[in-house]
Amino acid sequence: MSNHDYATLVREDRVHTSLYRDAAIFDEEMDRIFKNTWVWVAHESDLPGKNTFKTSWVGREAVIVTRDRDLKLHVLLNRCRHRAASVCEKKQGKASVFVCPYHGWSYDPDGRLRKVPHVAGYPADFDTSESPLISLRVETYQGMIFATFNQEIEPLETFLGPARKWIDLFMKQGAGYGVKTLGEHKFRFPGNWKIQLENTTDAYHFPIVHKTFLDSLDEDTENVFDVLGQGGWVEDLGNGHSVMVMIPDLIDLEDNLDAPIPERFAELADELRAEGHDDATVRKVVRAVGGSGFNLNLFPNVACSMAFFRVLRPVTVEETEIMHVAIGMDGGPAAGNRMRLRLHEHFQGPMGFGTPDDAEGWERVQRGAAAGTDLWIMLNRGVEAPEGVADAGHNAGDVSAETGMRAAYQQWKRMMAA
Amino acid sequence: MSVLEEVKPMDGAETTVPTLAEATAFVWGEADMLDRLDYKPWLKLWNITGKYIIPTLYGQVDYAEVLNIVYDDQTMREARVRRLLSGFSMSSAPPARTVRTVSRFVVTTAGEGFIELRAAQMLAEYKYGHMRFLPADLRFRLVRGADGGLLIDEKVVTLVNAEDYQFGIGYLL
Repeated sequence: MSNHDYATLVREDRVHTSLYRDAAIFDEEMDRIFKNTWVWVAHESDLPGKNTFKTSWVGREAVIVTRDRDLKLHVLLNRCRHRAASVCEKKQGKASVFVCPYHGWSYDPDGRLRKVPHVAGYPADFDTSESPLISLRVETYQGMIFATFNQEIEPLETFLGPARKWIDLFMKQGAGYGVKTLGEHKFRFPGNWKIQLENTTDAYHFPIVHKTFLDSLDEDTENVFDVLGQGGWVEDLGNGHSVMVMIPDLIDLEDNLDAPIPERFAELADELRAEGHDDATVRKVVRAVGGSGFNLNLFPNVACSMAFFRVLRPVTVEETEIMHVAIGMDGGPAAGNRMRLRLHEHFQGPMGFGTPDDAEGWERVQRGAAAGTDLWIMLNRGVEAPEGVADAGHNAGDVSAETGMRAAYQQWKRMMAA
Repeated sequence: MSVLEEVKPMDGAETTVPTLAEATAFVWGEADMLDRLDYKPWLKLWNITGKYIIPTLYGQVDYAEVLNIVYDDQTMREARVRRLLSGFSMSSAPPARTVRTVSRFVVTTAGEGFIELRAAQMLAEYKYGHMRFLPADLRFRLVRGADGGLLIDEKVVTLVNAEDYQFGIGYLL
C-alpha cells in the first residue's frame, strides 16, 4: 500500500475499518510506528537498584530493561548475537550477567558481550566488542522509561511536549513520596490495538459499560464517577497525545487539602492518624489515594489513567495485550498503598468490576468490524469544551468528545504516510 | 437431598473434625453451584470473615500487601454477585458457559472444627466460539459453622498462568 493510500484511510472525522482488520496494515504499523517512536517499556521503580532488570516489549520485539552497576538504564533486544536464543525469560529480578542457555555466551547488564566459551574455535581476529546485545535508545521522564529503535527522532521531552504538564500532575499521587509500581494485571482481548487506544479518552462509554461498577459504589463515590456531569473536557496535546479530564476537582492533588475527608476514606484517615502521621500527611495521602481526575493518553502505547499505568501491546492485527500497572507511594504509609491495591482490584484486571466489560466491548467492536466491505469508524462526536479550561491554542472538546481519538489517528496518519 | 445437606454430621457425632469425604463433597457442591451460576446460595457457603482470593503471582502466600485479581471480603463478594447477576454487565450477561471439575484433593491439616486442603481445578469456558481452558490450584480452609455444616473461611484459586495474561472472566472461579 502506498503512502497516499494510508493517508486516505484517515479523515478528520472517521477512519476506515481496514485499520482494525488488515494484517498488512498491522505489519506496516509495527515498522512505521512502533519501531519509529518513543515506546513505554517500564517504570524506574521496576528496577530498584544496580543489576536489576525487567523484560518488556517494543512493538513485537522482546527487550530487557536493565540497570547496570552504575545505575544507568539500558534497553536491550532479548536475543543472543550468536544464534538468536533469548537470554532472559524471567519477568523481573536481579542479574549481574545474562547467559545465553544455548552455547553460554554471557552479557553484561549494559549489553556488552563478556565471554564466549571455547573462543579458540573462532578465528584469531574474533572481537567480542562487535557482538553486544542490540541496544535501543532510552530516555526517561518522571520515572517513566521509554525506548526507541530510531536514533534520529526528537528527544523524549520534546515528543511529550504539553503532555509533560499532565504527567507532572499525575505523579502527585505519590503524595510527596514518589510513585512506585505495586503490581500488574495483564489481559488480552481478541481485537486491534487501536480499539484500546481509543478507549482511554472515551468518557462516552463510561456510564453505559460501567453501570455495574457505578452501582457497586456508595452515593458520594458514584457522584465522583459521574464523569459526564462535571464540566470536564478532552484536549489534544499534539503528537497523538491527549488528555480527558473527567473530575476537574482532582486535577491537582495538592489543591484543596483542607476539604473535608470523604466518608469512604474516613477509616483510612483514622488508620493513618493512629500510625502517628500528622494531619497534613493524612490529608495528602487520602486526597491522592483514589488517583487523578484525568486520563492522559500517550501515543502509541501508554496511558496515565487516573490511578494506574495502562500499557498496550499489539500482538496480532486481531489480538492485543493490556497491562494495568497499579501504582502507589514509594515509601509512603502501608495503609495508603493497601487501600490503593484494593481500589485497583475493584475496577481493574480480568475479574475487576470494570475491565471485563471494557474487554468485552472491544471484542464486540472487532467482531462487528468484520461485517461490511467499505464502512468507516465514526469519530465525529463532540461539542465545544467549556470556556477557558484547555490551554490556549489547543484543540479541545467536551468531556465526551472524540477529540483524543482524532488526535491519535492524525498522528497515525503522519507516521504511516510519512 | 442435595449434596451439601447429605454431608452434615449426624447428631451425636463424636468429633467435629471434618473428614476428607465431607470436605470433598462440600467443594464439589460449591463447584456445581458456580457452574450453574447459583451465586446467591453460594454467598451462604461463606464464613462471614472469609476471604476469596485469586492471586496475580504463583506461589504467593501473603495476599493483603500485593495486587491480586480478586481479594474479596464478604462486602466485595456480595457486590460481585450483585454485579454478575444484574444483567447490566456485558461480560456476564450472558457469561461464558463453564464446566469445571475439582480433584486431586490433599488434606494439609485438620483439627476440631476445621480442615485445610489442596486440590486441582480444571475449568473450560465457552463463549463467542472461543473455548478456553483455565486450570488452577485450589486451596481451601473450611470451618464448621454454627449449624454443623461447613463454611469457606478461605479459598485461594491460583491459576496455572497467574502471572501471565488472562482474558476477561465474567463468572466466578
